[in-house]
Amino acid sequence: MAFFNSRGQDMNASFTANHILDIASLSEEDIFYILKLALNLKEILHRPIPKVPTLRGKLVALMFFEASTRTRLSFERAAKSLSADTLSFTARMSSVEKGETLLDTILNLESMGVDLFIIRHAMAGTPHFVAKHSRARVINAGDGFHAHPTQALLDMLTVYQKKKTLSGLKIAIIGDIKHSRVAHSNIVGFRKMGSEVYVAGPATMLPLEREALGARVCYRIETALDQADVVMALRVQKERHGRALLPSVREYAQEFGLNLKRLELAQKDCLLMHPGPVNWGVELAPELQNDPRNVILEQVENGVAVRMALLVALLGGNA
Amino acid sequence: MSLLLQGGRVIDPSQGIDAVLDILIENGQVKALGERLSGQGARKIDCHGLIITPGLIDMHVHLREPGEEWKETIATGTLAAAAGGFTAVACMPNTQPPNDNAEVTRFILKKASQEAFTRVYPIACITKGQKGTQLTEFGDLKRAGAVALSDDGRPVPDAFMMRLALEYAKNFGLPVISHAEELSLSQGGHVNEGLASATLGLKGIPAEGEAIAVFREIMLAKLTDAPVHIAHVSTKVAVEIIRWAKKQGIPVTAETAPHYFTLTEEAALGYNTYAKVNPPLRSAEDREAICQALSDGTIDAIATDHAPHSDLEKFIEFEQAAFGLVGLETALALALRLVNQGLLSLSRAIALLSTNPARILKIAGGSLRVGSPGDVTVIDLEKKWVPRKENLHSQGKNSPFLGWELQGQAVMTIVEGKITFSRM
Repeated sequence: MAFFNSRGQDMNASFTANHILDIASLSEEDIFYILKLALNLKEILHRPIPKVPTLRGKLVALMFFEASTRTRLSFERAAKSLSADTLSFTARMSSVEKGETLLDTILNLESMGVDLFIIRHAMAGTPHFVAKHSRARVINAGDGFHAHPTQALLDMLTVYQKKKTLSGLKIAIIGDIKHSRVAHSNIVGFRKMGSEVYVAGPATMLPLEREALGARVCYRIETALDQADVVMALRVQKERHGRALLPSVREYAQEFGLNLKRLELAQKDCLLMHPGPVNWGVELAPELQNDPRNVILEQVENGVAVRMALLVALLGGNA
Repeated sequence: MSLLLQGGRVIDPSQGIDAVLDILIENGQVKALGERLSGQGARKIDCHGLIITPGLIDMHVHLREPGEEWKETIATGTLAAAAGGFTAVACMPNTQPPNDNAEVTRFILKKASQEAFTRVYPIACITKGQKGTQLTEFGDLKRAGAVALSDDGRPVPDAFMMRLALEYAKNFGLPVISHAEELSLSQGGHVNEGLASATLGLKGIPAEGEAIAVFREIMLAKLTDAPVHIAHVSTKVAVEIIRWAKKQGIPVTAETAPHYFTLTEEAALGYNTYAKVNPPLRSAEDREAICQALSDGTIDAIATDHAPHSDLEKFIEFEQAAFGLVGLETALALALRLVNQGLLSLSRAIALLSTNPARILKIAGGSLRVGSPGDVTVIDLEKKWVPRKENLHSQGKNSPFLGWELQGQAVMTIVEGKITFSRM
């Protein structure tokens, strides 16, 4: 597949980043490089034996300080199909419970020979902190309300595959924008690639400051959905809210949930996406489960491919 | 022992003096100010080409003693102050234990009398344990040596409690200093709400929260006719409210800190914990409004809010890192930066750093009038220097100005006629 940027230039540039901390610090060229590499590597996953020796001898530490299923397993799957060794860390049952500082934890693991840290943390900026103080490479697997760059990259890959472009699209992101690192990274990412991003949802979860990132904040969900090429629903994250920002989940489903009727506003061939896990019946109506526009499971597969690409890009090896 | 400072350009806003004069200090006091003083038997110090001002006074510092001596002590904090040209500091009461009773006040003053390089003026808590529920013993604290009251670090959440404090402080003539923050809006925040919170994915602290709290304090000052002083003003909206209040004749004074007139929220981008401070660094528009307020008199004083932390509190995840930065050694150069940019006159800068804080706290100093305390700062306006971890005297190295090329530095600090710090 040929890659063209928003100015129509063929993108065959090289990759320059040392870490994947957020989308903002990646160039357009970096992003295309990763997407292209991911498409190449994705083929491996369809082989009878979906494994190559590219990263044999490399040690990858999965540092999940916060709960995760999809992202952690996706990274693990990516590392293993490239033959990297993995160390799995969870904050519970570790020295963190004995009061060890993050820096000490990282430096100790580095002494064991870790080449790359994959970090999920409830506090924004933690992967940046590790990158600053460690010799190893760092991939941000989600930090607080800040960024989730690998999710945005897999979303971009999914959109690119279907739409053959990342520019000139209308992307609608619906839901809890305020507490969503996925929204943050996708706003920055799709804006960078030349698309418009509209965000809508309950206004208590719709901070005006997102406009600083280049998103268009809409108070009517219809404005965001109108003629959208991509509709992305976000999970209502009940566990994040110190205080109730919503009267009830029922009201959310009624006012902001996506269903067949609401999707009629979007382009006929729009893509329906969700970073998962989905609360069916809340942000998405069950009638959308088998809808042809629904590409949620393709996102998951692309997630493995994108993470393989990032591991190869950062740890070298010939794919 | 007497000192004769010869040939310096004396700037004393309290008397409207800006002239090349000699100054004689004897028995810890300014003895004479004039041209070509003889000063027989006095140690003569050549100050040609240098500026001589009343000793600088920082009305808002954290010395961390008692209780957090790994961050700073009265000795190291006042050494940093002297190195920065300050002859007096007023220390905030959020120590461990907090300065909410006369015994702690006496401890601070005793340590200061033994170890300090500047005068130390303790500020006591408004409420017991800074909990906002019960007033401290203002009379007892004043007798022990407290010069003002503040729950700095946290506001008094309840307006009625603040009203009581302002009223009761009138009995003792103690100024009340407010850390103006609407907690319900700022709770859980780490940086300015706006560009910084959006970019960093952190909960923001809105400028309007400061404005709401400032307005409350001003209304209470009006209601009680008791003076209130607003600490570390950081926002344009707060400045506008204070300007309005002063026009109405409401007894309010205000300070800001060098980081608010020098930096913006962009300093925190990249999760720089040395730029994590409360109130947070604000927008460029706020910064401009602060500069304007310094020059037009809306803001009365520059105070550093010197908040030393060790890297144990700063070398960690941004959300867990402590708020605060050190300021004593860079404040003068940063104020002079505004002078060099033409935003302030030199005399106005000295008023903000010396004369006005003395007036607000009702303490001696801030003037070179004959009979005033012999507290003097000698400044080299031309001297270029770069703050680095190695050359800061404070135990806290948490400065966002490390590596900056600054111009202007105190070259001699004299407290009560004694040289406490010298680069001459």
